[in-house]
Formats: sequence, structure tokens, C-alpha cells
Amino acid sequence: MSTHTDPYAQSRETTEGRVYAVTGGDWDSLSTEIGATKEERVVVNMGPQHPSTHGVLRIILELEGETVTEVRCGIGYLHTGIEKNTEYRSWTQGVTFVTRMDYLAPIFNETAYCLAVEKLLGITDEIPERASVIRVLMMELNRISSHMVALGTGALELGALSPMIFAFRERELVLDLFEMISGLRMNMAYVRPGGVAQDIPHGSIPKIRETVAQLRKNFKDNEKLLVGNTIWMKRTQNIGYLDLAGCTTLGITGPVLRSTGLPWDLRKTQPYCGYENYDFDVITTDSADVYGRFLIRMQELEQSLRIVEQACDKLEKLEGQPVMVADKKIAWPSQLSVGADGMGNSLDHIREIMGESMESLIHHFKLVTEGFRVPAGQVYVAVESPRGETGVHLVSDGGTRPYRVHFREPSFNNLQSTSAMCEGSMIADVIGAIASIDPVMGGVDR
Amino acid sequence: MSQENGSFGVSGTGDTSGYGGLVRIKHSAGSSERPFGGYFDEVADDLERAFPEFNDAIEKIVVDRNELTLYVKREHLFEVAKKLRDTESLRFEMCMGVDGVHYPEEDGRELHAVYALLSLTHNRRIRLEVAVPDSDPHLPSLVEVWGGINWHERETFDMFGIIFDGHPGLTRILMPDDWQGHPQRKDYPLGGIPVEYKGATTPPPSERRSYR
Repeated sequence: MSTHTDPYAQSRETTEGRVYAVTGGDWDSLSTEIGATKEERVVVNMGPQHPSTHGVLRIILELEGETVTEVRCGIGYLHTGIEKNTEYRSWTQGVTFVTRMDYLAPIFNETAYCLAVEKLLGITDEIPERASVIRVLMMELNRISSHMVALGTGALELGALSPMIFAFRERELVLDLFEMISGLRMNMAYVRPGGVAQDIPHGSIPKIRETVAQLRKNFKDNEKLLVGNTIWMKRTQNIGYLDLAGCTTLGITGPVLRSTGLPWDLRKTQPYCGYENYDFDVITTDSADVYGRFLIRMQELEQSLRIVEQACDKLEKLEGQPVMVADKKIAWPSQLSVGADGMGNSLDHIREIMGESMESLIHHFKLVTEGFRVPAGQVYVAVESPRGETGVHLVSDGGTRPYRVHFREPSFNNLQSTSAMCEGSMIADVIGAIASIDPVMGGVDR
Repeated sequence: MSQENGSFGVSGTGDTSGYGGLVRIKHSAGSSERPFGGYFDEVADDLERAFPEFNDAIEKIVVDRNELTLYVKREHLFEVAKKLRDTESLRFEMCMGVDGVHYPEEDGRELHAVYALLSLTHNRRIRLEVAVPDSDPHLPSLVEVWGGINWHERETFDMFGIIFDGHPGLTRILMPDDWQGHPQRKDYPLGGIPVEYKGATTPPPSERRSYR
């Protein structure tokens, strides 16, 4: 033991037993101290600041030796009150908030929210086809970037470093596309009620195709590293088991549900944004374990690439079509464009409202400050995000602001299965099981 | 149905917009008549057959924007939920969650709990809505019917103060344990401070002039 006392790593007696605080680097002294006691049962508080817990997730583990007897999750460390905030903003501003919930899948939050607003407005059928295709394109690219983080960090947490390097390299390629199309790499607020913020820039289709080819080649690197790798399989097979009955009672969707063999994918079962017009497969495995979920994510990458390619074909045919609903009382008036100093307001639009047309200025001002009214009522709209069903429950009282926005977040719901997956397993397997749920704390806590 | 005057959020002499004389009547969805269309009639019929007290338990059925909402009385919520899950022709084996909506102006029905149900077998969705008074915000917990509703009920309790009787551990989930109040109620302030930038001050969002 070191001679000086660390004020942050002292042990003390409580009514629950002796409490030890460890700060890292002092594990040896801790295990010596615990080993000297008669206590068999140890409660370990893991997180909320722990590199393996996938963000600010706190896990409370009750251990007997290395076996986990009880697991509970503590969440709420990233609660930002986004749902409440949207009640004080216009319907269009809401996009800027919801995109920050599940920050690895921003396009899915935006799309789900916009589909719900459009359903309330009753304009679902009036959304231009080009806008829907761009949404699909962006969603599938986003699925790739999200799955890359899931695979990369999942592997990293189990001690495999190289897959993370490759995964983030691939993700970077996708983020570059996002930057080219929307001006932003994350939290784009690109999908808007009525369509998308702006058309994809001229000449981006060849660039997307190039990236798709590059990604298809790069994915093989991770595949070679992990699929069939003995160490990886020993760490993931038969770990975090959750069967179909467990999934339905816990409301689990996404790759975890599909790993039980049920091909439930909202893109196929309840299509939106025209997904019924794309050719792709729903990937399932029947092992219901971490390895199965890993395989599903790996193979979904290829399916997403297929959809992206088809979306590119469609976009070429729809060149020059509108990307925003025709109703000027809903469509956001200003457009963005790329200038000498990067993405910004369209200079044409600024010239029009500031120098040419008073009516355009009035219209712009009214729509931007006041926004549009949405008829009273409520809807529930769900999309298949990388983690499962992202559902939006939207209530309008007929005003210019949402009355209630609720996100049914797949991460929030799926994290409940931690206890079912981990109790009775070894402590090292808890990490793998949670990584296979792929919770994003921004979505869990909102 | 409620009434709203004026266009801006300011009342009295603060409104200089000239829109103070505007009167808007807000309509809420009324009860729908049969036929509901789609699979909604089938769901209603099957539930009625499986649940004899149907007319007593269901306050109204609303079909709006191609979605079915059953307004259930809280005394019958648990039984209705069980029937919806177990009856073969219904089979709503998944509950996607519950969330609250606060309507302070609805006397005796201030707090609403809204359940989103999904049937994998029949590929259908319906919604249950239950209203409880603010003075007695109790609902039966449905954790025994759908285990996955556990955290959703905790969140609804945390944010709206609806108490789910029979919940295995109804504690706050997103807010700290010692938090006062339920943040997503309409009477709970949003908070925020004025922000100054280059001499101009922007008030917090809840205090800005608003267009309703």
C-alpha cells in the first residue's frame, strides 16, 4: 500500500456494510482488503463514468465471486429535457431538438418526427418522391455509421482494438457524405416537416457511389478480423441470451429481436418513405446471443449499401424534382447553398427577401417566427432505427407548437433487458451483453 | 373543446399586434361511429366478444388519421390489457410503452396515460388512453401483462406524477431521486435564463412572445 492517503479512495463503514472507493490503479490493495473479510457478496457500482459502459450508464452489479447474481441499470445522467423543450418551439424547430436524442442515429429521429408531423397535417401523400428517396438514402447511410460505432465500440469493450480503428475509418467516410449533403456530420436537422432542408448538391451521386464501393471493400477488413475468429466467438457465443418470448414481453425490437429468428423489420412489415419499392433482405439469426446480433449488424451493412445504390438510381431519374412539399404555408422558405466560405444561407433567397419582394420577406418572417398550425389530434409513427423501433407520439392542440412530443426510444426500452441477459453470467460477459443491445445514452435519457 | 383569444401569448394591454380580437375554438376529436374502417372494427368486435363488460369499460372509441384509440376506464384497464394480449384474434403481445399527457383544463381528467400496442401476429397497432384526475392520479400497473412497460411507467411517474399501483419499484428514473415536482406537467416551468449578446437580451424560451 502506498504511504499517502487518497481522499477519494477511502473506505468507510455503512449500515449496508463496508464501502470501498477505488480510483483505478489501487485494485491490488482493494482485493487484498476484501479478501481478508468474510463477505461473499460484493456489490459493485460500475459507471456512470466507465469506458466499457457505452456512455454515462451506471450498472449496479451484485457479485458472488465473478458470477453476477443481480444487475440493475441506473440511467438519467444525460437527461436533457428535449421533450419538454420542444413544447416551447415551433414544429419546424422541433427537428433541431429531436436530432440530438439518439446522437448516433440523428436522421432516424428527424424522419420519425417529421413523418409524425406530416401525418398530423394530413400531407403524408403530398411529400415529393425525391424527398422520400433522399430520406431513405440518408437513413441507410446513417444506419451504416451507427452500426459501425456499435461494432467498433462493442469489439473495443471486449478488448479487440483493431476492429474499432477500421469501424471508425468507415464511419468517417459516411460522415463525409453527410457533410457534403447537409453541411453537418452529426445532428444535421436535415429532414424537415414537408421534405428535406435542401436538395443533394450537384455531382454528389458519383461521390456516393464511389464511397459505397469503398465501403464494400473496407467492410471485408472487419469481417476477416471477427467473423469466425475463435477468441471473438468464445467471448460472444451463448452470451447475453434472450429468446423470442423474452423479447416480446420486454418490448425488444431491432437486431436483438431479429437475433431470435423473427424477421420483424418495420421497413418490410409497416413500410414508410417508400421502403416497399426497394429490394433488400431482412437479416436474422437464431442464436439469440451476442454473436448473432453481431452477425446481423455486419450483414445489415451490405443490405444498407444495396438500398443506398437503389436510392441513387432513383435520384438520377428524379433529377430536378422538388424536395419540399408544394404548400408554401408549410415549406420552409429559405434554402441553404454552398458558398465560398462553406454551407450557409442561399444568397439568391436573401437577395429576394431583402431586395426584391416585400411579400417574400413577410412570408419568410411569418413562417420562420410564427410557424404553421397543425390540426389538433394525436399520432404514433414508428421507424426502424439501427437499434429498433423509434416511435414518436405527437399530440397537437391545433397551435403552432407541439402540445406533447414523446419519443419511444429503442435504447431506453431495450436496456431493460440487461437483467434478463446478464443475471447468472460472469461479470466479463455483462460488457458484451450490453454492447450487443447497443444503447445510446442520449436516446435513453433524452 | 376550448377557446383561445388573440394571436400572441400576451393578454391585456401587452398585445400591440392588433390581433387581440381573434377568437379560435379548438376542437378535440369526438367519438367515432361505426364502421371504423380497416381492421379497427374487427379489433373492437373481438374485444367486445372477449370482454363482456366492454360497453362499461370503454368510454369512447376514436378513429383519427387512420389510428384507433380506445379510451378505457382505469378500473378496467388491467383486464382489458390482458384480453388484448391473450385473445387469439387480438394478440397484442407487445406494448411499445406508455407516456403521459397533461391537460390542466380538463376537470377531473387532467392526466392522461397513453399506451401504444403492437401485434406482431396480426401486424396491427392500436392505442389505449386512460384519464385520471390530478387529485387521485392512480392507475393499475401493467408490468404483469407486459414486462417491458416497467421503465416506461417509471418515466411517466417521474415526469407526470401518475402513480402505477402494483409496480415492482416505482421510483424516479430520469430525474434525481430527491427531485421535487414532475417536470413535464404543463404547470411546471421550463426554466432558463436571459442571454445577453452584444448588448441585446434574449429572454428564456418560455417567456418570449409566442404565437399560439
